[in-house]
Amino acid sequence: MSTTQTCVHIKKEWDIVGARQMGREKAKELGFGTVDQARIATAISELARNIYLYAETGKIYYEVVSDLNRVGLKIIASDNGPGISDISKMMEDGFSTSGGLGAGLPGVKRLMDDFDIDSEENNGTTITAIKWVRK
Amino acid sequence: MRIPILKLHNYLLVSIQIDLDDQSAIEFQEDLLNKIHKSGSTGVVIDLTSVDIIDSFIAKVLGDVVSMSDLMGAKVVLTGIQPAVAMTLIELGIHMQQVSTALDLEQGLIKLRQELEE
Repeated sequence: MSTTQTCVHIKKEWDIVGARQMGREKAKELGFGTVDQARIATAISELARNIYLYAETGKIYYEVVSDLNRVGLKIIASDNGPGISDISKMMEDGFSTSGGLGAGLPGVKRLMDDFDIDSEENNGTTITAIKWVRK
Repeated sequence: MRIPILKLHNYLLVSIQIDLDDQSAIEFQEDLLNKIHKSGSTGVVIDLTSVDIIDSFIAKVLGDVVSMSDLMGAKVVLTGIQPAVAMTLIELGIHMQQVSTALDLEQGLIKLRQELEE
């Protein structure tokens, strides 16, 4: 199903910008329109900032995916940080542990088409999100 | 990278033309407040025509700088927000309702003049 995978390491604050620029580039290559490019770049910015704030380091992976009749961009944000103890709470609009930094995961979910979290307390977090190219 | 802040009569004009990282955004906040203080400007236009991404952090910094300037007695108008940026911000859940906006720099200056003369 997958063809190529690229990865950006998140270690310092500037990497957040690098990660979203890479996402925009990939999105443009795949033929996403300007609004979807902005959605994808913004979603990546939020995911990368979460890694930087909570886990300090982690990675953002970019993967072109396709199924029968469509192509999309899959973003995987992965870290070995503290993990999320209560995922359903984390997905409530307006819930924040950082005091208002970051719009949180519900916002990211709205920007993307498919969204999935895998997290265990003290064992890192992996968030997978896909945006499909609209035909 | 420092963002240039230009003085025009009683106003300050800012055009953001770089991809803002967190550090540059915070520096800009400080620079703008210092410039307001030194120049005694009563109005500021921040033009975002060239900005193609505003995430939650940059939105917060921009919203804060508007409130901070307001505390000092200067009115800020944000101008030129791109359609894609507006759509993304609302979907993200960021509404920035207390912030004054206008379509472009020209409309922004008109809005400032109206609001300051009231």
